[in-house]
Amino acid sequence: MAEVEGIYLDNNATTMVDPAIVQEMLPYFTEQFGNPSSMHNFGNKVGLAVKKARKQVQDLLGAEFDSEIIFTSCGTESDSTAILSALKAQPERKEIITTVVEHPAILSLCEYLEKEGYKIHKLHVDEKGRLDLEEYEELLDEKVAIVSVMWANNETGTIFPVEKMAEMANAKGVMFHTDAVQAVGKIPIDLKNSKIDMLSLSGHKLHAPKGIGVLYLRRGVRFRPLLRGGHQERGRRAGTENAASIVALGKATELAGEHMPFENTTVKAMRDRLEQGILAAVPNCFVTGDTENRLPNTANIAFEYIEGEAILMLLNKMGIAASSGSACTSGSLEPSHVMRAMGIPYTAAHGTIRFSFSRYNTMEEVEKVIEAVPPIVAKLRKLSPYWGENGPVAEPEKAFAPVYA
Amino acid sequence: MWDYSETVKEHFYNPRNAGAVEDANGVGDVGSISCGDALRLTLKVDPENDVILDAGFQTFGCGSAIASSSALTEMVKGKTLDEALKISNQDIAEFLGGLPPEKMHCSVMGREALQAAIANYRGEEWVDDHEEGALVCKCFAIDAVMIEDTVRENSLSTVQDVINYTKAGGGCSSCHEAIEEILTKVLAERGEQPDFSQPTEQVVPEKPYAMTNLQRIRRIEMIIESIRPQLQRDKGDVELVDVEGNTVYVNMTGACAGCQLEMQTLGGIQQRLMEDLGEFIRVVPAKMREQAQLAQIQGA
Ligand SMILES: Cc1ncc(COP(=O)(O)O)c(C=O)c1O
Ligand code: FES
Repeated sequence: MAEVEGIYLDNNATTMVDPAIVQEMLPYFTEQFGNPSSMHNFGNKVGLAVKKARKQVQDLLGAEFDSEIIFTSCGTESDSTAILSALKAQPERKEIITTVVEHPAILSLCEYLEKEGYKIHKLHVDEKGRLDLEEYEELLDEKVAIVSVMWANNETGTIFPVEKMAEMANAKGVMFHTDAVQAVGKIPIDLKNSKIDMLSLSGHKLHAPKGIGVLYLRRGVRFRPLLRGGHQERGRRAGTENAASIVALGKATELAGEHMPFENTTVKAMRDRLEQGILAAVPNCFVTGDTENRLPNTANIAFEYIEGEAILMLLNKMGIAASSGSACTSGSLEPSHVMRAMGIPYTAAHGTIRFSFSRYNTMEEVEKVIEAVPPIVAKLRKLSPYWGENGPVAEPEKAFAPVYA
Repeated sequence: MWDYSETVKEHFYNPRNAGAVEDANGVGDVGSISCGDALRLTLKVDPENDVILDAGFQTFGCGSAIASSSALTEMVKGKTLDEALKISNQDIAEFLGGLPPEKMHCSVMGREALQAAIANYRGEEWVDDHEEGALVCKCFAIDAVMIEDTVRENSLSTVQDVINYTKAGGGCSSCHEAIEEILTKVLAERGEQPDFSQPTEQVVPEKPYAMTNLQRIRRIEMIIESIRPQLQRDKGDVELVDVEGNTVYVNMTGACAGCQLEMQTLGGIQQRLMEDLGEFIRVVPAKMREQAQLAQIQGA
């Protein structure tokens, strides 16, 4: 990253817009300003550009028809549209199956729907973040309006068997949605040969700008729009198209397809080297999630007896950007629900750090991070009541058992 | 990223009194369930006169928890126990140049550790009477437990009641959904139906000193008068034209008008006015208002 100072390892939060994509979208702010619906040349050209972008997205997702691609304003909108549509279209079905480790875009909505009287089943995960398909099978019946399971988890990168789960749902006549915001562009997706009914993606995770997303909607799946109004997106998502960002997302999906092998070799090698380097140099830390079955770009490491926000601040001081599952970074009461769901103890869950890569990172950066982390961890452990001279105090939980408020 | 003050950052990057004090005779171990932060405070107290000779901390927690611990040890050293006990969590936050609302509980934890350590020194048992909940109102840093307790104790039934009793909800109003939820829950326990149809009012922040309009304008005039001699020395001048809410319109004349330093001069006047009046003030050249009015007329 020539223009940007520092080492950016927070690509699951958001990514840099590819300069080639910026170039591609710029004309749509200036000379190509027309409304794609208009009956004149100004609009027509923009309409053609949107059409091209739709095709590019279709190709990356392996969708059968380009009309299955609906442009939205973000991943969150796609998620909400999918779930609310399933409920509206099938009012007799009052249950939803999801997982304990979904993104808040799904979980908060489900918690809200629970208050409205819907029944929400959240599938559990084991200590590595894996689902139990037997638990799932038992819940699938005609009371369920929709299953929503993320393709890959944003905190650990753990990949879920959504293709298989979609087939199981389909066999029972239940709609299946997947939040693939983290997976798109990193692992191959072929929707036409799957039973997935709906899929959400978000532009800013794959080097397109923020504020543009897609809902894939399989042809024939019953649908009720979230936003009604004009006939944009064939009446399934009203509102004048965000043409410049749509063009950008089209280009981004094309580039993501081209770079997918790179992600799974070079980017993966950087991730693996980082993990191996840190684990070798720092005592009492471990990788969380399903290491056998993960996105190639994500590493999540728990540093025991210290707290994530403090680690991030010290990393940031050295120009290294990452993120944490600690409660403190979000201002919430609990450390990350994903870590809690996997049964990671508090003293480790608070110290989880996610390093997430993109094609713009380099091995040189990785070596710098491997050097920076051990002294930071040591400095904070020196302050920690759970840590002695050379390691955790004997029986840490007993030696320091504070009165909790 | 949190908007931490420079002092918070300084105490985090260079914590004072980290580690346990040798020969400590007072130890306080406390944790805050929110955040999962925990803190051990060790004190060395002079048994002759109860003066805190040394203090040390060990903290498992975020940046502001470490900074609060560091600040606390600095604040208590040299104080007698009774003096130290007067330190409130706001004092700790103030010492640090303020904390974000989500982080106020870090200062609460510091104060509790102090109470616990002093109780330990005195051979008493410290019990925590303070329970913390999820932060509901960011504007006034009020948590769910506080709201729920207040609603229950005072049989409150509307959002306006909650605003009146706790201030929660009296600012930007984005927390009203969460407040309604708490109310609905407690009302259901009482067997009552909620009614949220009445509009609510904002809590108007108290003015530092209540002045009448006339007094305020006179004051502004006086301050501007006091600046004039300085400008006249540089062959310039300034004249008060009008006051409209927070905006003060002035005419810059002589060497000041249009000079490169005009904006800087206006900024200086603005600063003086804000400091003196204790409120936000904008100083704008009167000609800009004329231009704006003209544009409006022509535009219409
Ligand atoms: C898994 C997942 N779903 C949904 C979202 C939300 O996407 P957006 O920010 O575009 O609304 C994110 C992004 O943080 C995510 O990681
Ligand atoms: S958050 Fe409660 S009034 Fe602003």
